[in-house]
Amino acid sequence: MGQQFYVSPEQLMKDRADFARKGIARGRSVVVLSYRDGIALVAENPSPTLHKIGEIYDRIAFAAVGKYNEFESLRQAGVRYADVRGYSYDRVDVTARGLASVYAQSLGTVFTAEQKPFEVELAVAEVGEGESADRIFRLNFDGSIADEAGFLAMGGKADLVQAVLDRLWGSGAELGQALRWAVAALEAPRQDAASASPQEPLTAALLEVAILDRKVTRVHGSHRAFRRLSDEDVAELLAQ
Amino acid sequence: MGSSGGDFPALVAAGSSSSFFDYVSRSHPDLLPYGQNLPVGTMPATPHGTTIVALTFAGGVMMAGDRRATMGSMIANRRIEKVYPADRYSVLGIAGTAGLAIDIVRLFQVELEHYEKIEGTLLSLEGKANRLGAMIRANLPMALQGLAVVPLFAGIEPGDSAGRLFSYDVTGGRYEELEHHSVGSGAVFARGALKKLWRPELSADEALAVAVESLIDASDDDSATGGPDLVRQLWPVVYRVTNDGATRVTPEALAAVVETIVTRRTLERREA
Repeated sequence: MGQQFYVSPEQLMKDRADFARKGIARGRSVVVLSYRDGIALVAENPSPTLHKIGEIYDRIAFAAVGKYNEFESLRQAGVRYADVRGYSYDRVDVTARGLASVYAQSLGTVFTAEQKPFEVELAVAEVGEGESADRIFRLNFDGSIADEAGFLAMGGKADLVQAVLDRLWGSGAELGQALRWAVAALEAPRQDAASASPQEPLTAALLEVAILDRKVTRVHGSHRAFRRLSDEDVAELLAQ
Repeated sequence: MGSSGGDFPALVAAGSSSSFFDYVSRSHPDLLPYGQNLPVGTMPATPHGTTIVALTFAGGVMMAGDRRATMGSMIANRRIEKVYPADRYSVLGIAGTAGLAIDIVRLFQVELEHYEKIEGTLLSLEGKANRLGAMIRANLPMALQGLAVVPLFAGIEPGDSAGRLFSYDVTGGRYEELEHHSVGSGAVFARGALKKLWRPELSADEALAVAVESLIDASDDDSATGGPDLVRQLWPVVYRVTNDGATRVTPEALAAVVETIVTRRTLERREA
């Protein structure tokens, strides 16, 4: 066995963070944004079955970038947490804030204590009665948590995507408008790299889109606000 | 269910079961409605739910339950609801110890939703019926103490044109029923009415009238079954399941159906 070398805690944390960041930067981006009638979650994801976006509870959705097996196990753990909580208290007692803080704790623990940190970045979104009551949380691989107002972007070259949303996003938009903003933002990294090789535009088939419907209880009488949009629906909305 | 897991230790370790019931049984057994070891002693009277009827019609299946819970010879509750949507395409009704039954319904609803969220797809109708059987079987120790719960399950496989019915016994035995079925203390009388009133290819509206009339007949002869309450405007709880999903029949529609039946029987001046 070789000799144990001293590594300073700063260096150790930095190495882990760099490792996780590299893993996340390889993936494609995800955008979460509020609009008039709900919250839209849009991912660049050509796979129709391996989802990056999922339902957690009545008014709560989940989106992730990074390693599939890692965020999938986190998604399932989130569903279990929410269902146990809703079953033992009441459905209204399951909140995005509670879920986000549980995620933050487990990501933080894994970052410091495990062999390798999770190479994931998560978003937890909860749709409210009005746009001002929407909650969107961003969770990093190290367990840091941020509360975003209106929209967030994460994944590879998230800063470019976020910059486009900063410029475009406004409150009170229709779903079609919100989706067009999301696509414009997701295309930003492609245009940045377009000098090297021209890329096909982001069409509905390359997107995974789901919404949290604000009015689901009032209009449809259902308690579950999460709904996936089919490719046809997305194409129609983008063409408006 | 392969929980020895020699082949996939990582899967088992991650708690990768898609079943909420399995997960809660393992990690939070205190949350389950049963599983407690009851000390010896006499159980005081507890509310009991009574009659549930279900019948198929062209394009779906319908389930109705009266609104009474009894405690011995007392009426414990006259507004109790004993028919619930299990998920989008199925409903269940429960007779027996109300306190346990309502929690089993909640557990079953979460079980189906949990599976759907984890797996990204709905459980098959047979699969749902089997899970409900497992939950009723888990209640067997309580049933031996006199706290039995007997459900009736009905639903449609999305895309199919006909609904299906399942009845259960306290051991979790699951039996598919054809045409119609009823459970609870007034079930005998309701079934007699169903046998005379049901016919193939009923329309949804006709099925509603048959369901309500069979409950009226049950309440006529069984003191534990509540009839429509014209004073308080309380109607049975009725759900209709078709390919468009499970919907609750509105109080207005029920009031009209009850009025038709009551008026007809009043005019006839017969022993119904």
